[in-house]
Amino acid sequence: MSNETKAWTLIFGAWLVASASTLGALFFSEVMQVPPCVLCWYQRIFMFPLVLILPVGMFPFDWKVVRYALPLAALGWLFAAFHVLLIAGAIPEGMKPCTQGVPCSEKVIEWFGFVTIPLLSLVAFSTIIASLVLAYPRDCK
Amino acid sequence: MKKETLFVIAAVGLLLVFLFGTLIYKSAKNDSSAQLAESNRANLVRLHSPTLGKDDAPVVIVEFLDPACSTCREFYPLVKKMMAANPDRIRLVLRYAPFHDGSDKVVAVLAAARKQGKFWPALEALLAAQSQWVLDHKPQLALVWKHLEGLGLNLEQLRADMAAPEIAKMVAQDLEDARVLNVTQTPEFFVNGKPLPSFGYEPLKELVDKALTSASR
Repeated sequence: MSNETKAWTLIFGAWLVASASTLGALFFSEVMQVPPCVLCWYQRIFMFPLVLILPVGMFPFDWKVVRYALPLAALGWLFAAFHVLLIAGAIPEGMKPCTQGVPCSEKVIEWFGFVTIPLLSLVAFSTIIASLVLAYPRDCK
Repeated sequence: MKKETLFVIAAVGLLLVFLFGTLIYKSAKNDSSAQLAESNRANLVRLHSPTLGKDDAPVVIVEFLDPACSTCREFYPLVKKMMAANPDRIRLVLRYAPFHDGSDKVVAVLAAARKQGKFWPALEALLAAQSQWVLDHKPQLALVWKHLEGLGLNLEQLRADMAAPEIAKMVAQDLEDARVLNVTQTPEFFVNGKPLPSFGYEPLKELVDKALTSASR
C-alpha cells in the first residue's frame, strides 16, 4: 500500500468515527430527546465540522487536511477530557461551568457501569487525533 | 474498490443505521408508553382533577399541564377549539404537572380558586398573562395576583385556602401519577387512555379525530 493510500485510509477512518459520533450525538438529542448540556455543545462544535472538512481533503487527496482538522480535534479532546473528569468527580463542584439548565455532571447513560457519553466522546476524539497524526507524512515535517 | 464508492457506501450505510435506529427506537418507545398507560389506567384520571365538558362525553382528553409552561399556553386554545367543534363529545381532564421551579405555588392558587368555583377563568387569565408572571422561565407568585383581579375571587380567602394540606396532597398525587406514566414534559396528552405517538398538535388532533369517529360508530 502506498503512503498516500495508507494516509487516505486513516483519514477515512477518522471521518467514519466523526460521522458515527455526530449521528450518535444527534440520536441522543433528537431521537431520545436527551437535552445536551453546555459541555456537550462545545464538543459538538468541534466534532460536527470534521464530518465535512475531512471529505474535502479526501477528494482529491490533500495532506494538508490533517493540519486543518487537528486543531478542531485537539480542542474537542480537551473539552471531552474535562467533561469526563467532571463526571468522575475529579473536578470540584465549584469549577462546574453550568449551574443552570442541564447539569453537565449528570450521567444520562451508563453502559456496563462505566461507558458515559463524554467517555464515548473522548474515545472518538482520541481515535481521530491518532489517525490524523499517523496519516501525516513524517518527511514533510 | 474505488475510494469514491467506498466513501458513498459508508455515508449511506451510516445514515441508514441512523434511520433504522430511529424507527426502532420510536416504535419501541411508543409501544412501551402505550403499555404503561394501559397498565396504569388508575393513574390517568383521579376524582380530584378539574374537568371540562360533559361527564359522559365519549372522548376523554387527559392533559398534564404546567401553568408556567409556554407550550401549554399555546395548546390550551387549540384544545378548546377542538372541544367547541365537537360540543358535548369531548371531556378535558386536567392533571397538574408543575415541573417549573415554583410552579407548584401557582397550581395551589388555581386549586384554591377552584374552591370558589373559578378554576377555569383563573387558569385562562393566568395562561393569557403568562409572560407577565413567568420571568426567565421562573414563575413569580407575587406577580400572579393582579391577573386574578376582576374574576370575582375572594383573594384573601384564596390565600388562606392555598395552604390547605389536601391541595399539597393532590399536587403530590398528580406528580406521582406523572412519574408512573413517564410524563416528563408538558403538555402531555392522553386521549381515551392512549398517549400521543409523537408530540405536536397534528398527532393530538389525529388521535382525537380517530377517537371521535370510533365513538360515533
